[in-house]
Amino acid sequence: MVVKDIIDILEGEVICEGNLDAEIKTACGSDMMSDVLAFVKDQSVLLTGLVNPQVVRTAEMMDMACIVFVRGKMPDQGIIDLAEQRDITLIKTRYRMFTACGKLYEGGLSGGTAV
Amino acid sequence: MSNIHLHYEVSGEDFTRAGEASGSVKKRLKALGYNTDAIRRVAIAMYEAEINMVIHAEGGFVDVDIFPDHVEVLLSDKGPGIPDVEKAMQEGFSTAPDNVRNLGFGAGMGLPNIKKYTDDMRIETEIGKGTDLYLTVKVKEA
Repeated sequence: MVVKDIIDILEGEVICEGNLDAEIKTACGSDMMSDVLAFVKDQSVLLTGLVNPQVVRTAEMMDMACIVFVRGKMPDQGIIDLAEQRDITLIKTRYRMFTACGKLYEGGLSGGTAV
Repeated sequence: MSNIHLHYEVSGEDFTRAGEASGSVKKRLKALGYNTDAIRRVAIAMYEAEINMVIHAEGGFVDVDIFPDHVEVLLSDKGPGIPDVEKAMQEGFSTAPDNVRNLGFGAGMGLPNIKKYTDDMRIETEIGKGTDLYLTVKVKEA
């Protein structure tokens, strides 16, 4: 799956455009950034309901190419600027966390192995 | 290659800026051609520690020494110190205030995550004086 597919599946709106052809292999859905940081997988997308700059910094440390804000949440300009500098795509979807994760899972994305 | 020394001051006042030093080190290691896995481990461990510094200790400084085969990071603060290091190392144990949880941290995963991603971790802490956290991550040049 690539970032573009995620936008299609989640009927998402692109808030900040990075590389839309970046390959995405796994997904992680969480509002706790430390839980995200405990999960290391290559080429992941982060789904979150948390809207603050640390979401982008967490994605940066994890080499994530894309962040999805669920439930229609809109990041502010400071967050968008941070993502732009780091070439990270920001998407917002009107779906809630559970549904957004479910749709991506159905679309073929895995959450990786259980701990 | 001789070692490279980097120094950062971490402000304790602005939570939104926490992670700037870690991001900068990550960029530097990438430019030097270290492998992705090692860079990520350094970045995540340092980032968690930087967040801890801002949450608990009103900031401090970070010294980073980059060697060909490993990276050493010292995070030093003049915060309250850690009363019970063993407890602080348990997953899920947290003394962070609620406002920090609203920001996505304070789940009691910081130190366990740091330990997980580093090859060596040492804590020197004194109540009322502060905490020095020494991290070592082994790296191979790509």
